[in-house]
Amino acid sequence: MTVSGTFSQAVLDLDLAAETSRIAQTIRDQVTRTMKRRGIVLGLSGGIDSTVCAALAVRALGKDRVIGLFMPESDSSPDSLELGRQVSDWLGIRSYVENITPMLEGAGCYRRRDEAIRSVVPEYGPGYKSKVVLPAATQGTYNISSIVVESPNGVQQRKRLPLDAYLGIVAATNFKQRVRKMMEYYYADRFNYAVLGTPNRLEYDQGFFVKNGDGAADFKPIAHLYKTQVYKLAEYLGAPEEIRRRPPTTDTYSLAQSQEEFYFALPYHQLDLCLFGHNHGVSAHAVAESLNLRLEDVEFVYQDIRTKRSTTHYLHERPLLVEPIDLTF
Amino acid sequence: MQNEVRQFVIDNFLFGQSDRQLDDSDSFLESGIIDSTGVLELIAFIETKYQVSIADDELVPANLDSIERVSAFIERKLQAKAGVPQ
Repeated sequence: MTVSGTFSQAVLDLDLAAETSRIAQTIRDQVTRTMKRRGIVLGLSGGIDSTVCAALAVRALGKDRVIGLFMPESDSSPDSLELGRQVSDWLGIRSYVENITPMLEGAGCYRRRDEAIRSVVPEYGPGYKSKVVLPAATQGTYNISSIVVESPNGVQQRKRLPLDAYLGIVAATNFKQRVRKMMEYYYADRFNYAVLGTPNRLEYDQGFFVKNGDGAADFKPIAHLYKTQVYKLAEYLGAPEEIRRRPPTTDTYSLAQSQEEFYFALPYHQLDLCLFGHNHGVSAHAVAESLNLRLEDVEFVYQDIRTKRSTTHYLHERPLLVEPIDLTF
Repeated sequence: MQNEVRQFVIDNFLFGQSDRQLDDSDSFLESGIIDSTGVLELIAFIETKYQVSIADDELVPANLDSIERVSAFIERKLQAKAGVPQ
């Protein structure tokens, strides 16, 4: 498919009512027929994606068959729990709070992460905060992460991460997504429910998830929707305004971190259009004009989209076998 | 120099499979040999083996995206370290 005429935000317009019923019907079929489960479990982060997914789950199966989990840990923003509760109250679904800090401590998540940080910032310790950031992707440099550390008296420093420190921090931090998923599957087993995964299209396509962490799920009902469309759906479904206005965050590090700092080249509303343009053969020139960006920036983002797809491809793979195995029944 | 860089690339990214065609001018990124974690490995190799320190603004494909670019970059770094005028 190619897009003709003027390229604009309108390419992401959706028939929101039709899309809502299409997704709800698909969820019903997948959960009750394909998987033969009695309901749906999902983590509620207070973000737009899990909010929309929860509302779609309720449309599909009714509020009595949806469970929302709040899974804060010691680096979580207090807003996440408060906004998550707004969602469960709005939808009238059952919810449970599971503080995962003790499990993360048991696994050595914080200790291992802090040791890796200290290899770069030796004074890092109690009272310090940190986050991992990337250079603005349009600078033309490699996507090499830095750590930003803030001392207890508020002084920030930024250091480029060498290989060992980078891998150490990421490996330790990934415990958070994996422990959360383990807890979701506990509830799924406990109630004979299915686990809903909440990635939007940008996250799914660009590999912005932890394999066997937030990447694991039984079904992913909004993985085909651009983030802009998720926001539109949130408004259509009547999601609380505070959630619709909150900027996307990873809520993984103790310093506030936007998704653009950590992974994406541009804010979502621009990146959505770049990804759409890339997927539909729209020239970088037309996208640049529409977004008021420089041509070379859009060309760089197009390349970055392909690079991320290629480097994260293995995250989507099932375990690889030596030969296919027939599972027909 | 070029041979040392080539050997590192073959050992580390091609797992010793030197039969794979790799020209000194081939782009690491375009040929899919090195991803962003691979770039970190390459930086660690250069900084450790040649005892030079690479600044953030030097981390660009013009310096690091092929065997010949990496070799030339290391030569420049070593010359700068030795005080040879650029």
